[in-house]
Amino acid sequence: MDMQEFLRMGGYAGYVWTAYGLTALVLVWNWWAARRSEAEQVLSAQRRSAD
Amino acid sequence: MWLWLHKLGSPPHAYRLLGKMAPWFGWPALVLILVATYWGLVEAPRDYQQGDAFRILYIHAPSAWMSMFTYVVMAVAAAIGMIWRIKLAHAAAASCAPIGASFTFLALATGAIWGKPMWGTWWVWDARLTSELILLFLYLGYMALRSSFDDPQRADRASAVLAIVGVINVPIIHYSVEWWTTLHQPASVTKFDKPSIALEMLYPLFIMMIGFQLYFGWAISRRLRGEILRRERNAKWLKESR
Repeated sequence: MDMQEFLRMGGYAGYVWTAYGLTALVLVWNWWAARRSEAEQVLSAQRRSAD
Repeated sequence: MWLWLHKLGSPPHAYRLLGKMAPWFGWPALVLILVATYWGLVEAPRDYQQGDAFRILYIHAPSAWMSMFTYVVMAVAAAIGMIWRIKLAHAAAASCAPIGASFTFLALATGAIWGKPMWGTWWVWDARLTSELILLFLYLGYMALRSSFDDPQRADRASAVLAIVGVINVPIIHYSVEWWTTLHQPASVTKFDKPSIALEMLYPLFIMMIGFQLYFGWAISRRLRGEILRRERNAKWLKESR
């Protein structure tokens, strides 16, 4: 398959790639935010039990 | 059975169980989403009317589905928390909100991006789009309401009422395309007779839906662990488990 043709998405490249990029961004953000909030709680729990 | 349920409701047990479960959701979710993305973008045939723009379907429909699914889970968890006074259920409801809000945002954003080339407009105030926007406000309102209380128990109760009342919006979103005249197309997959979409276009959609569902399982496990820790900050088991 032609790479150029694939990237062009039949003339809808701007729409299709923006939509997919945005989805990837939101899924990764969710992943990062969930991990971060859990890690924060673990840290603060460790700090408290160290006192 | 009851003993098992009781154990499941205990925070330390749930905390450990969720930690063990999370990777079993996360890795399959990643694989399925990647497979479905490849299949949907490369292998699936071009739509005869919409050309390649229809490929937005593969992320738009699963996001929209998950935005409603997450809300129902949140409302059911809130109701369980209210009726049986189970703190873990309230914690689960609270963990749903940011995940659901992000799916709702995605459904609206990918819908707008799809609407522009197909309908000629990013947005119209019709029933489907407006009710989905209300869903986003319900999630945001739920989170704002929770953060306005210092006392977690009062936050649980007040936000649970909002979550339960708001669930009325979910069937409105689903049936909006049948009840009102709208630009949005009616359901082509979730109906009782044969789906009106070619099978080779349908497979990647199913895979993506399962992938998103598993992704939700992973995200809720992680969020809920954080939420349990936050609520159990002074509990003995936390110190002992170190």
